[in-house]
Amino acid sequence: MEIIVVLVVIGAIALFFIATYNRLVTLRQRVKEAWADIDVQLKRRHDLIPNLVETVKGYATHESTVFQKVTEARAAAVSAGASGTPEQRAQAENVLTGALRSVFAVAENYPQLQAVQEFKDLSENLTATEDKIAFARRFYNGNVRDYNTTLQTFPTNVFAGMFGFKAEQYFELADATERAVPQVKF
Amino acid sequence: MTADSSPARLSIYEAASANRWRTVLLIAAFTALVAVLAYFVGEYFAPGGGIAALPFAFAISGGSALLSYFAGDRLILAQSQAREVGPDEELELRDVVESLALGLGIPTPKIYLIEDSAPNAFATGRDPQHASIAVTRGLLDKLDRTELEGVIAHELSHVGNRDIRVMVLVTVLVGTVALLADWMWRSFFWTQGGRRDRDRGGAGAIFAVIAIALAVLTPIIATLIQLAVSRQREYLADASGALLTRYPPGLASALRKIAADKEPLEVANKATASLYIANPLKDAPAFFDHLFDTHPPIEERIKRLEAMN
Repeated sequence: MEIIVVLVVIGAIALFFIATYNRLVTLRQRVKEAWADIDVQLKRRHDLIPNLVETVKGYATHESTVFQKVTEARAAAVSAGASGTPEQRAQAENVLTGALRSVFAVAENYPQLQAVQEFKDLSENLTATEDKIAFARRFYNGNVRDYNTTLQTFPTNVFAGMFGFKAEQYFELADATERAVPQVKF
Repeated sequence: MTADSSPARLSIYEAASANRWRTVLLIAAFTALVAVLAYFVGEYFAPGGGIAALPFAFAISGGSALLSYFAGDRLILAQSQAREVGPDEELELRDVVESLALGLGIPTPKIYLIEDSAPNAFATGRDPQHASIAVTRGLLDKLDRTELEGVIAHELSHVGNRDIRVMVLVTVLVGTVALLADWMWRSFFWTQGGRRDRDRGGAGAIFAVIAIALAVLTPIIATLIQLAVSRQREYLADASGALLTRYPPGLASALRKIAADKEPLEVANKATASLYIANPLKDAPAFFDHLFDTHPPIEERIKRLEAMN
């Protein structure tokens, strides 16, 4: 009789461990998938920048420091993309955003440039890509939150470390303009 | 700011798993409905014929479920005269769809355009990997960007929540049930069933009454299932769409414009009406009041969206 009780208890504990483990794996996988979406958009942004610099350079010949800065910032962002954590990448991207802003500020001073179709296309493309980064980031952060919350609540937090689950980092961009989160009621 | 904390973030994963069960239940309910109908009608025509009719009933309902699962979206798009948008046209629309799909974590669906000036939109497909979104020319012309984002976010929520599969299945299954009931109804007249009643006495009369009642009721029950499913889905998609854009007034204003537009969408019909973001037929029947509405009242949806701020 006792042996049955013991077996049932052990079985229940084992089931609980299996279910929790699988849930954590699923959630971590979703975080990875969401990260891939951000990655694609960041790469796209990096690809657009050299063309933009070339186009603006053709008109604004005396602004070499601005171009140098943005080129360096881009290189840093690309290398952070190859090896960095989300936090390092976000930092590099923020520097790049700042440098890009100064390129656009320079471009403001050259009215002929504003009329160039290629410049218009490139800046529209960049804006669209930044929008997409913002959306992909939101989805990623939502998934990180779900995963981290599960990871850090009792009783999962007691043994999650033993299986090698670690909290994931949020991807935060300093100047992202977030609209307020609406309250949803049913 | 810690990332995106909202008290009621509706995970598409949860909505999707609820919809998986709903799909199974729906197919079971429709199969049962068809089976009951077939049994009594078979029994009516020949004693013991009820059992014999069951395999046919299952074959027909199973066949149409399979057909709608694999080809329902193409049938619906073709019927709506929607044309797929190439990668270099309608760039703003494509941009909105791509951005919002990223926010929802689904692949960008195929984009279709319906050349009609009535503003409306729908999404279809069996899962996010095989999804399509269709908008009318009128929608693009009459809405501004935030309104368009609201509408697209609503439609993409249907995709992410797996509503689209339920909606396609329901659309085709309701059509099948209606067709079957119609056949049976005709065969009552053709065979003049009363003659058999005399041979069989009281039991035959009872079967006749039940069979006729079922032939009348089944399409109505099927339609009611469809409506119950689609109205509830709309509120949920409004809410998750608003969460996605973080801007409920965009969708609210779009719904107001769509409701104010009195032009019916010519390519929509009774079967596809419930797919659209707002009833495209513009012909609310007064007799049954709201029982047969495919959509919740637009004022109510706008009110709920405005309450989100």
